[in-house]
Amino acid sequence: MLEPRTNLPNRDGEPAMEQLARDPSSRKRFLSAVGGAGAATVFAGLLAACGQNGGGEGERVGDTGSVGAGSGGPTGGAAATRQKNPDPKMGTSDLEILNYALSLEYLENAFYARVLESDLFTGSDLEMIKGFAQNEREHLEAIKATVQKMGGEPAAEPKTKFPLGKPTSVLTLAATLENAGAAAYLGQANRIRSKEVLAAALSIHTVEARHAAALNALLGLAPEPEGAFAVPAPMEEVLASVQQFIVTPTP
Amino acid sequence: MHHTTPAVPTLSATEVHGVTRSAFILRGTLAVAGLYGAGAVGPFVSRSLAQDGGANGDVEILNFALTLEYLEAEFYRRALDLDLSAEVKALAGTLGAHEAAHVSALTETIEALDGTPAKEPKFSFPIKDEASFLELAQTLEDTGVSAYNGAAPAISSPEVLAAAGSIVQIEARHAADIRRARGEPQAPEPFDKALEMPDVLKAVKPFVRA
Repeated sequence: MLEPRTNLPNRDGEPAMEQLARDPSSRKRFLSAVGGAGAATVFAGLLAACGQNGGGEGERVGDTGSVGAGSGGPTGGAAATRQKNPDPKMGTSDLEILNYALSLEYLENAFYARVLESDLFTGSDLEMIKGFAQNEREHLEAIKATVQKMGGEPAAEPKTKFPLGKPTSVLTLAATLENAGAAAYLGQANRIRSKEVLAAALSIHTVEARHAAALNALLGLAPEPEGAFAVPAPMEEVLASVQQFIVTPTP
Repeated sequence: MHHTTPAVPTLSATEVHGVTRSAFILRGTLAVAGLYGAGAVGPFVSRSLAQDGGANGDVEILNFALTLEYLEAEFYRRALDLDLSAEVKALAGTLGAHEAAHVSALTETIEALDGTPAKEPKFSFPIKDEASFLELAQTLEDTGVSAYNGAAPAISSPEVLAAAGSIVQIEARHAADIRRARGEPQAPEPFDKALEMPDVLKAVKPFVRA
């Protein structure tokens, strides 16, 4: 069976997945620079709070393919694999994915709250930040409500810390968080089993992308730093990159 | 048997529950018939309905996406003939190159799935200056986002879904770019709407010449 993803060319004629695997973007460089082995531990508690099995009986099955850009692309045959995954412990449940998304939304919310307290911005920049903060607040509420509706327990809000310096560095941090958020949602899209959860995640994904593009542009950076095809980020990579903003509880 | 309650009240615009794959494809097909003429879609219906799910269903969705990308790519090519400021011209060039890359990617994906890529329709766009270009660009990019978001849950292959997700993120970034150029809010809603195929085709019909 053919694997369409590996046949996606970019405008230079290189298959997109190979391009993704080559890890070309500055975002990825940033992420690998800050990556740490302890990140999974920090979030383990959050993720453990979720229920056993929230996948629902969605249409999309066989979510065997990792979408991680860093993993070197698909490992084969998932498009042909239509049978139900017999072991619910295989793969990540929708509730786990939702709580992962919730954790990222907590971070974004805490960040924007700090920024709005800071009086660093005025005028159109402030208006933009207020709008983005409002969107993130609604994402957080929506995801939390979804987790509860599915019978899960929403992840706890982490304690956070953000280095707020000059406006430009704050906008850079905002862009980093939003680009990582967009890549994180994209990284989970084809692992979600429920169509409803997928539709919800997609409707948030493109808003994170709008935020990211707007902030990139404000900083004079390319709004589409990865070109014509956005690069997904696997969960481990995203968690490692945001670890620096989590205050680890001291025993 | 599969009927989950809507995810969240605020997400109602994105709900696709109750829409079976067949219904989704059939409605899209009928809308295509409205756009191109019924003769164009005879084989299309029987094929997609005979096999609910799998590569054939995905090919229909990919061809729907391909048609939108043809439209966007041609739109930006035409825009370059207008008298645009240097900044807007550069933007049209970049976005147009992305859309052309989407066209190539979707075409190759459809061929890889043993499907036949849809032919490029002829388009006409009511753009005469920078303002009318940017205004229509905003509509097309926002519609593109909603089109992918609406179609994606009906995709069965995880690979095709990943590809669609990778493209729609770029469409969303484009929408923000154009909105920025117009001084409009770049992310006016917390949740991007999902549009169904017929509504998308109805929205772009004025730009397709019979």
